[in-house]
Amino acid sequence: MALQVLNFKFKTEAPKTIAKKWSHLGVTGSGDLEVLMEQKELGGAVTAKVVTPVKGFDAVWEKMLGKFVNDCHVGDVSIEINDDNATPIVVYMRLRQALAEANAKEAE
Amino acid sequence: MEFKSTRTEWDTLKKDTQERMKAAAPFVKEGKIVDQKDTVALLEAVIKPFDKVNIEGNNQKQADFLAKCLCQVDPKKIHDLHMVQSVLTLPEHLDVFEKGIAKKLDMSFSGPQAGRIAEFLREGKLELGAIHTYLELYGRYFVDLTPKVALVAATMADKDGNLFTGFSTEDTPAIVEATKFRQGIVIAQVNKIVDKLPRVDIPGDWVDFVIQSPKPFYIEPLFTRDPALITDAQVLKGMMAIKGIYGEYGVQSLNHGIGFDTAAIELLLPTYGEELGLKGKICSHFILNPHPTLIPAIETGWVQSVHSFGGELGMEDYVAARSDVFFVGPDGSMRSNRAFSQTAGHYAIDMFIGGTLQIDPYGNSSTATATRVAGFGGAPNMGCDAKGRRHSSGAWLKCGEEYGIKDQLFGPELHRGKRLVVQLAETFREKLAPGFVEELDAFALAKNANLAIEPVMIYGDDLTHIITEEGIAYLHKCRTMEERTAAIRGIAGFTEVGMKADPKETQRLRELGIIKTAADLGIDISRANRSMLAAKNVHNLVEWSHGLYNPPAKFRNW
Repeated sequence: MALQVLNFKFKTEAPKTIAKKWSHLGVTGSGDLEVLMEQKELGGAVTAKVVTPVKGFDAVWEKMLGKFVNDCHVGDVSIEINDDNATPIVVYMRLRQALAEANAKEAE
Repeated sequence: MEFKSTRTEWDTLKKDTQERMKAAAPFVKEGKIVDQKDTVALLEAVIKPFDKVNIEGNNQKQADFLAKCLCQVDPKKIHDLHMVQSVLTLPEHLDVFEKGIAKKLDMSFSGPQAGRIAEFLREGKLELGAIHTYLELYGRYFVDLTPKVALVAATMADKDGNLFTGFSTEDTPAIVEATKFRQGIVIAQVNKIVDKLPRVDIPGDWVDFVIQSPKPFYIEPLFTRDPALITDAQVLKGMMAIKGIYGEYGVQSLNHGIGFDTAAIELLLPTYGEELGLKGKICSHFILNPHPTLIPAIETGWVQSVHSFGGELGMEDYVAARSDVFFVGPDGSMRSNRAFSQTAGHYAIDMFIGGTLQIDPYGNSSTATATRVAGFGGAPNMGCDAKGRRHSSGAWLKCGEEYGIKDQLFGPELHRGKRLVVQLAETFREKLAPGFVEELDAFALAKNANLAIEPVMIYGDDLTHIITEEGIAYLHKCRTMEERTAAIRGIAGFTEVGMKADPKETQRLRELGIIKTAADLGIDISRANRSMLAAKNVHNLVEWSHGLYNPPAKFRNW
């Protein structure tokens, strides 16, 4: 099955970047996905690159990522997602978990 | 007025049965025992064309040997039978229609045979009376769908026809009572004929023939859910359910559906439920099959009682060793009984909670798909507000108090409660099938299968709560259909139904407490993961049970 690559850009009010330089969470397994977050100077914006085998859900990805960026006020972050048929809720939960992980206050 | 009866004969049913019994006499050996090789001949002796016949097809236990034998009778001798049975699971249940032995069907649930029923309906091989709920069908056994011949399954029998149905009693008492007391004929296949039964579940004079089947009856471990397959999303919904519904209403008596969503809730009670301080305040009484995933909650003292519709493979010893909790007979083994459990589920519990496949913008919920005539079994008996209920409880009263149209229906002064009917839905399931749709597939099915009504599992007026990963909609609080639809759209995520949500209206409903998100409930989404579960796999369940739970081979991977 051919993978498709989707690219999005979002901007929200009062954006905040992540605490760590980069962070990784999850695995690309059936019904799941991996999320990479990286600090990046984007003028407050967020870029997202999604690699997924699922066709026809571009609008859902865009809405969901937009909701995540707005809900959590994320900015100056580059997000990369490698998806294997995750449902929207799994994606949203992994994004929230990845953000918590990227902001975790641990000695680096 | 002349008191003159218009008929003179009042025992034709009895005489008809006596005649059939005479024809069957040559096949009877000692007592009521018939040899398995004579079974087909016995059936040809006692069944006549156009009879109503019940093959005991339960949700779990199957009279599979008798079903096979019925397929072998000569269709020239026996045809146009009217099958009245709760569940069609085995291929033989449909083969009798294929072979022209049976013609009409009244049923409750058809699981794996659902596609074939739809096909046979289209081809004219089968006429469908109706798709009932369990209680509704048992009720009709005593009205206009009484079997003339019942083919039932039991664990053991003695030569006098006494039956031990034990752990897997299920539908047997309802079928046998209806059949025998209308002068019908009862044939039982049994796993074993013994001299002395552990206890008598069905008295011998209600049973005409017993046959030891070549193999023990088939039974499906239908309620075993491997905790290893529970997802983080199900954990999240479970946490929301426990905090936003179980705890909020103080739900003490309830039924859980069959799916992974409620399995997750069972495994969250000893962890998340404990953390919320809810032990003793919720989940004391279950109407439920012996779910293996309930073991940790039982072991940690959450559960006071469980009455079961049927058994569950591998749970026999555990259940027998917990007679304070389950309904165990003087012989030490549990007796299930679907008719009583369904009655309890209809009248005596405060909440039904289970999964569904589709919900429409009005709150109608259905697991029907366009090409499968499956039915819903017992879910609608529990997933509805029992209008005849007259006892009160905290959860029931609170739900009734919150009912948005209470004053319009009963006036402002009257106290009347309401059953909590909760559906757990994922906005998208695997393969991204949407859980919310503008039109239920039930409409297409009604058209395809020429049904008089759309097969709806739970009607919108009974549904009180929907839980999705987006939040909980407290639908019963809504005052108008418009508000109800907005509440459903507000938690329907990125489905076609959810995309039409008006964010301002969703916000207003949140302020009214009609929608609550995980954040509104004070639940941290990042905590929603499998580490919250009291057991992570089947092996953990065995450990929780102190080795008393004996899972079927297909669930053993250690």
